[in-house]
Amino acid sequence: MADADQLSSRLAEIRLQHPDAEPALVAEVVRAVLSTLSGDLSPQETSLLAEVEALGRTIACAKAEIAALRVDDITDNHIPFATDELDAIVEHTATATNAILSSCETLDDVAAALTGDAATSLQDATTRIYEACSFQDITGQRITKVVSTLKTIEAKVAQIVTTFGTSKREVPVEETVEAADSALLNGPQHPTVAMDQSDIDKLLASFE
Amino acid sequence: MPIDKSINVLIVDDYKTMLRIIRNLLKQIEFNNVEEATDGAEALAKLRSGSFGLVISDWNMTPMTGLQLLQEVRADAKLKTMPFIMVTAESKVENVVAAKQAGVSNYIVKPFNAETLREKIEKVLGHG
Repeated sequence: MADADQLSSRLAEIRLQHPDAEPALVAEVVRAVLSTLSGDLSPQETSLLAEVEALGRTIACAKAEIAALRVDDITDNHIPFATDELDAIVEHTATATNAILSSCETLDDVAAALTGDAATSLQDATTRIYEACSFQDITGQRITKVVSTLKTIEAKVAQIVTTFGTSKREVPVEETVEAADSALLNGPQHPTVAMDQSDIDKLLASFE
Repeated sequence: MPIDKSINVLIVDDYKTMLRIIRNLLKQIEFNNVEEATDGAEALAKLRSGSFGLVISDWNMTPMTGLQLLQEVRADAKLKTMPFIMVTAESKVENVVAAKQAGVSNYIVKPFNAETLREKIEKVLGHG
């Protein structure tokens, strides 16, 4: 401790004597002096020191590269833009679906006033339209899954940026209240692997 | 004996378009007394204060899911025998098993067709 105090006061004295000294130049001189001390280290220690130095340079390099990539853009612009676009898709499909359903309801009213084949044919057509309109629910659920994935990526990227010190911001962690049956909430499955209605009917029948 | 189509049906889904689709499909098969709820909690409140003969519910909703609603219905002395059809995009075996264990009357996977809806309604109301 006494040595450290002595060193500090000596350094302060030198700084006063040489107010124009370049810190980079001083650091270089110190490195040069330290390198002459390598003789005092064992070959293993020298090798280890070199590895640590190389590691330090790699980390400094990675930090500089990450900073140059402007990864903040991913969390600031790209992902919010993508999620806003996806939200807009859901909104537009809901608006369009409601417009289709309104027209379909009008056709149903017309069908009610008709009789015979014309009425049956018209109602069959409206039934098919109602069935097809369920796409809005299915696509909406799929898009919600994508938005949730994007938010996970956003949080991970923010965490990396914070870890590497290129951003002072805290990682935004979205608080979500999970349902007790959240493990069973997976949304629509991929059609190639999902069970269809007949598979489900068979499964239900197996309990009887 | 024909099934009673004058019963009150509660349809539950967080997608308003889906509620509108199911309401119209029910109208086509002459179920005209239809009420709506957009999540399990709202549905449970309506079931407890009203008089319904059938529940057709989605699963994936917040804050109360369709499965939680089903469990509440089966635990309620007044509602425990209520016919309850789950209509959901959840189609994993474990989902069907969990719903069955909770006492679901039938299970329809989305997207579904009108014929499936009609057939399952007839089955749970005692015909088919």
